[in-house]
Amino acid sequence: MSKKRVAIVGTGQTFHKSHRPDVNGQELINEAVQRALCDANLKINDIDAIVIGNMDHFEGINYVDCWSVDGSGGVMKPIIKLTTGGTTGSTIAIGGYHLVASGIFEKVLIIGWEKNSESDTTGAITTAFDPVWDRLVFAGAISGLAAEAQAYISKYGASDKDGARVSVRDRKHACNNPHAQLRKEVSIEDVLASPMLADPIHLLDVCPRTDGACAVIMASDDCAEKITPTPDWIVATSSRHKYTYLGDVNWGQLDSMALASKEIYKKAGIKEPRKEINVIELYQPYSFAGIIWIEDLGIAEKGNGSEYIWSGATDMGGELPINPSGGVIACNPIGATGLIRCAEAALQIMGKAETRQVPDVKLALSSGFGGCMWTDLILHSKKKPDF
Amino acid sequence: MDNAAIIGIGMTKIEGKKTTETFADMVWESVNKALDDAGMTIHDIDNVITTSNDFWDGRTISCMAVGDASGSGLNKNISCVEGDGTFGAFYGLTRVLSGSYGTTLVTAHSKGSESISSLITNASFDPLYERELGMDMVTACAMQAMAYMHRTGTTPEQLAMVSVKNHGNAKYNSNAQLPMDITISDVLNSEIISAPLHKLDCSPVSDGACAIIIANESRASSYKKKPIWIKGVSFCSDYYFLGDRDISKAAALTKASKKAFDMAGIKDPSKEINVLEIYDAFTYQELLWLESMGLCEDGNAGNLLEKGYFNINGKIPVNPSGGLLSGHPVIAAGLIRIAELVRQLRGEAEQYQTIDSKIGVAQGVNGLCGQSHCVWVLGKDK
Repeated sequence: MSKKRVAIVGTGQTFHKSHRPDVNGQELINEAVQRALCDANLKINDIDAIVIGNMDHFEGINYVDCWSVDGSGGVMKPIIKLTTGGTTGSTIAIGGYHLVASGIFEKVLIIGWEKNSESDTTGAITTAFDPVWDRLVFAGAISGLAAEAQAYISKYGASDKDGARVSVRDRKHACNNPHAQLRKEVSIEDVLASPMLADPIHLLDVCPRTDGACAVIMASDDCAEKITPTPDWIVATSSRHKYTYLGDVNWGQLDSMALASKEIYKKAGIKEPRKEINVIELYQPYSFAGIIWIEDLGIAEKGNGSEYIWSGATDMGGELPINPSGGVIACNPIGATGLIRCAEAALQIMGKAETRQVPDVKLALSSGFGGCMWTDLILHSKKKPDF
Repeated sequence: MDNAAIIGIGMTKIEGKKTTETFADMVWESVNKALDDAGMTIHDIDNVITTSNDFWDGRTISCMAVGDASGSGLNKNISCVEGDGTFGAFYGLTRVLSGSYGTTLVTAHSKGSESISSLITNASFDPLYERELGMDMVTACAMQAMAYMHRTGTTPEQLAMVSVKNHGNAKYNSNAQLPMDITISDVLNSEIISAPLHKLDCSPVSDGACAIIIANESRASSYKKKPIWIKGVSFCSDYYFLGDRDISKAAALTKASKKAFDMAGIKDPSKEINVLEIYDAFTYQELLWLESMGLCEDGNAGNLLEKGYFNINGKIPVNPSGGLLSGHPVIAAGLIRIAELVRQLRGEAEQYQTIDSKIGVAQGVNGLCGQSHCVWVLGKDK
């Protein structure tokens, strides 16, 4: 049984905002779907199946796959819902990949969305954790991430300024992205002066809550090149979603990302990721992750993440730009966010990233993060894989 | 579609209340039974798909509760489908067919005893237009039952006969929750839940879990049991708003089953299909689904039921396991249908074994009044 090739042929996303009172969830979804179809020059009738995802408890709607059909175009089509917390967006991208690669469907529409303005985000997130052992002490995403940052600082001696430098980079990049929610440059001093949320995390170190949707169309080898002259081929995917009790977390490094990246590099034959990968869209919900996780990705040596960031290598114009879109710090419609990373990587490969385009992209990596320190990775290529 | 097969099944007993088992405990039991059934260890599993629902579990990222029990701790790629187990199994199948993995473990679980089903299914309704009406799955399905009976002339007695049959079948299934010797009168005299549905027309909301193992063609013959081959599979969704579709019919099921049957090379379903395990959350659904899938003429299922057509020893046995009416752990229900079908096709159903079944159909449902359906065709032969 040989592997089948799959490519992204179209993407679309909303102009992400903190509140979209002008639309309901189905309408929000439909905006992204219409744009993806337009980008691929396809009609909804061309779509064979749909994969959709969001965080159920945020909008409080059960069976979102069924509820969404008026917006998603899922009427009288196969539609399936995949949800894995913050990794939902990357999970549905990987789901869409498998649906096409199975040979059962030729063109699959993948939709991630969230209307966070309608949710009690932290109230919902805390119920993710084990009701007996962890739920009573888990206070939401920010405190968990702060624990990670503190452990890294303790181990390797990074400072607040190092995290702030990542925030400065992403917020600057966001100014090139009309879809990003927060498009305003900040300085190191601005970040450090913003309110402390959970030591060492300041307000400007973290992502906002966002209303937004993203849609991606994947197609099989048979038709991808007929739909677009610049398909974004999916070379490999990898996931690690292990439940980790808070007391067992290996704080200061993201084990799931280290394991997932080793697997995906092995699958793709990548030996020097820093040189071979041209751009990364990293699901990075807070600034310090930009230092820590590039070590887990094998981009920087252990303890040298800060140095690599300060060198400017990950800025636009550097050797390996990270988050040309502005990333998660600029907008986080949670169920869509991992898919937005995938779509932004596809735009880079397809040469459609406009003012945020990195020159000469051949290989791109996109990631998803969430749940309980989980990672998803997707490797994108301009060149058709030879498997 | 390339060839793929189911090589292992495992499930818990279906019970009204499992007080000593968590979600993880139930899944752990199912996974280990499936591995034993297949003659495998967890190390033979290449990837995992869990199936759950945040509302039914009362937990955001509900898959977090069962990932470790499904083997995720051993550095496996794992993902989650929200919805019925047949949809989870579909995704598990695509991960095998894609060539990325040789084997997939699929799990599904639910603890209805920890749920308030009316609130959970009320949350399926549109928050602006319908939710405040207080509708839930039972009241919506009662509307559908009324519409179906009105259109087809199917009688309350014929509906009751489904309950008599399936609770009777459950007497021979040691995993079933509600084995019962009942009569049509017992059903018709049981408490009205939502007209025209009596209590015995409705399935319970149960605790239970199930696991299956899917393998590609080259791996399928390397283990203990003769594989049961996946001949066809398809799923389809109808409109969401009840007023936008004819709820007395199941157009999405007709479309999904036609595609699955085409894949399996089935031209005359009523002659070629030997056994079915389908989603009888309510009595009328068994009849409506059978007609929608083309197992008999539209509106005629009730008459055939009266003639014993769908009994274990009838022409086309339907729900020999006792079906959902005899035990309904919501998310696991469809996966259990697949597992029960595998049992039938292997000839391992013991006291509820049907005679010489070679081709079978399993079906699962998502959404209100059967909005979305997933249809599986399995066969003894490749």
